[in-house]
Amino acid sequence: MPSIGEILDGKGICICAGSGGVGKTTTSAAIASGMAARGLKVCVLTIDPAKRLADSLGLKELGNEAKRVDRKLFEAQGVEMEGELWAMMLDAKATFDELVARQAPDEESRDRVLNNRIYQQISNALAGSQEYMAMEKLFELHTEGRFDLLVLDTPPTRNALDFLDAPRRLTQFIEGRSLRVFMRPTGLAARVAGRSASVMLSVFKRIVGFDLIADLAEFFNAFSGMVDGFQARAKRVNSLLADRRTCFLVVCGPQGEPIDEAVYFHRKLVEAKLPFGGVIVNKVHYPAERLRGDGADLPAALAEKLGDEDLAGRVAENFADYQALAERDARNIERLAAELRTKGVIRIPHLDEDVHDLGGLAEINRYLFATGEERMALAAGRTQPPRRRA
Amino acid sequence: MTGKGGVGKTTVAVALGQRAAAEGKRTIVCEVASQENASRIFDHAEVGFHEVEMEENLWSISIDPDESMREYVLLQLKVRAMRDLLFRSRIFGYLAAATPGLKELVTIGKIWELAQLDRKVKSGRKYDLVIVDAPATGHGIGFLQTPRTFAAIARVGPIHSQAQRLDSFITDREQTGVAIVALPEEMPVNESAALEHDLREEVGVAVDRIYMNGLYPERFSKAEAESLSGLAGGEDGAVRAAARAALSEHGRARSQRAQLARLRRRVEAPVKTLPFLFEPELGPEAARRLSRRLG
Repeated sequence: MPSIGEILDGKGICICAGSGGVGKTTTSAAIASGMAARGLKVCVLTIDPAKRLADSLGLKELGNEAKRVDRKLFEAQGVEMEGELWAMMLDAKATFDELVARQAPDEESRDRVLNNRIYQQISNALAGSQEYMAMEKLFELHTEGRFDLLVLDTPPTRNALDFLDAPRRLTQFIEGRSLRVFMRPTGLAARVAGRSASVMLSVFKRIVGFDLIADLAEFFNAFSGMVDGFQARAKRVNSLLADRRTCFLVVCGPQGEPIDEAVYFHRKLVEAKLPFGGVIVNKVHYPAERLRGDGADLPAALAEKLGDEDLAGRVAENFADYQALAERDARNIERLAAELRTKGVIRIPHLDEDVHDLGGLAEINRYLFATGEERMALAAGRTQPPRRRA
Repeated sequence: MTGKGGVGKTTVAVALGQRAAAEGKRTIVCEVASQENASRIFDHAEVGFHEVEMEENLWSISIDPDESMREYVLLQLKVRAMRDLLFRSRIFGYLAAATPGLKELVTIGKIWELAQLDRKVKSGRKYDLVIVDAPATGHGIGFLQTPRTFAAIARVGPIHSQAQRLDSFITDREQTGVAIVALPEEMPVNESAALEHDLREEVGVAVDRIYMNGLYPERFSKAEAESLSGLAGGEDGAVRAAARAALSEHGRARSQRAQLARLRRRVEAPVKTLPFLFEPELGPEAARRLSRRLG
């Protein structure tokens, strides 16, 4: 089992993907701070609306510009920081506006798009536009070349597929060729398509209300000069994602459902020919050291040491509960490794304290940046941690 | 039901459904965006866009936006030829996909339809309670705001008036209430408090209850933990591992209590606790045990 440092060696982009609630934001922050501690200039990007990353990095708030995390904060936690850690929270709307400004042939067409109500809805709310803008920002930062490594915390889409599919869906929509021809009542295509199309449009108008159709038509007209620029850019974004210096990490939890999602997401990555780096399973209940026998004599042994049978019973019961969870986790992770045909499963234990600050990130990194054997030993509490780094 | 991802929303939604069903209320649990989490808890085949009975009085449906759109159009257009024309047309599909928020709107429309005593759908059952397993935090707010946004964009036409009707349905405290599911950890507590605030202030819905899910039992007293810490560094492998597990549980249970107190200080709605279930996979029996604690 390689460490995360080995997996990311020589990489310029690391994309953390997975379903919601599995600790993706925390993992991204931990990876970024760990790589920064090892001497790289790293920027971590999140588009999580809940500002969790800012919380865990001790930043009041994050904006659409990268901010440097104060070195002193790490020192206060006893963490050596050899490189630099930067962080930003993606503002999808602002990024989209910037993109339109860049692609627009002139100011007038730019303003027509920016003021269009359909555009305002899309740039704020259309499913996939956040994901698409995350890719955009990633591409922009990569092109600027200010950082050695970019770590992207992907949005918590319910369906992992949304995220990979977003750029394609959105460009398709903006392209909207098939729509635009029907929007122009006098257009040649509308005349060719004939009566059925115009009846169709009038039916649609009856359902959604006339304004909406007018706004849509205006939107596609306003965008018409920018379609080629958008397409060219989307192509470059896609080739960046498939680059060998890019690395996708799948983050999940040890329960059945998150494991299923991780398997599914991995399959999608392989199908899309995107570079898969490894999988990180958070909050794993590690098995205790292999016990002799079935542990049936444990309550007695505990009672003898504690001199309290009631307490011994509760300790044994708690241990049995914990072991049952550890066995479940081990079974699920075994299935995950088999499905992914990989040995690169990094297990982060269910720590006694939940992680929400730099100290917690450093604790996670003891595991992320350890080799497989070191990790087992750490989890079993058999060794002291190596020199503390973020 | 809403809350951050991974907090057990579906399990609590099912437990709530079981509770209502046991009280004799005909109840349906709705999944949105074609999710099948509820049927999975029952180890049932995917239910899709059908109302399927899971247990006595407890039904489930997975709302697919495309199916909802289709059903909506069927109810709107009485002329058969027009409907056929619409469904055969690829342009209709493009338009529907291009209209921002339309998917969410027809999803909420379907939920509204399920909650009507005078069902629009032929031979539709009457439900006493409709439980929605809503999207997670960030998207949950946007989801509930869709009708209002839509009423503003489409200034005229049937969609405008229907969007307004849906918005009053969501914000009617007598009819609709929101429950937030939280976990006793730092970030979920922060998010739940922020979510409650936004739901009340921005969406204008009633937040009736917050479920603090996954609370560890307090198995050991402080004095007991101290006597166990001696064993945690001991020689005997099994005893040492058991003592460590006990100390870890003790620590977690304590920090969870601190988070619970913090949540109670920060929210207005009453907070109800639900125990962590030490079970490999959660099925209907586990949910039923939770349902007895819902009160």
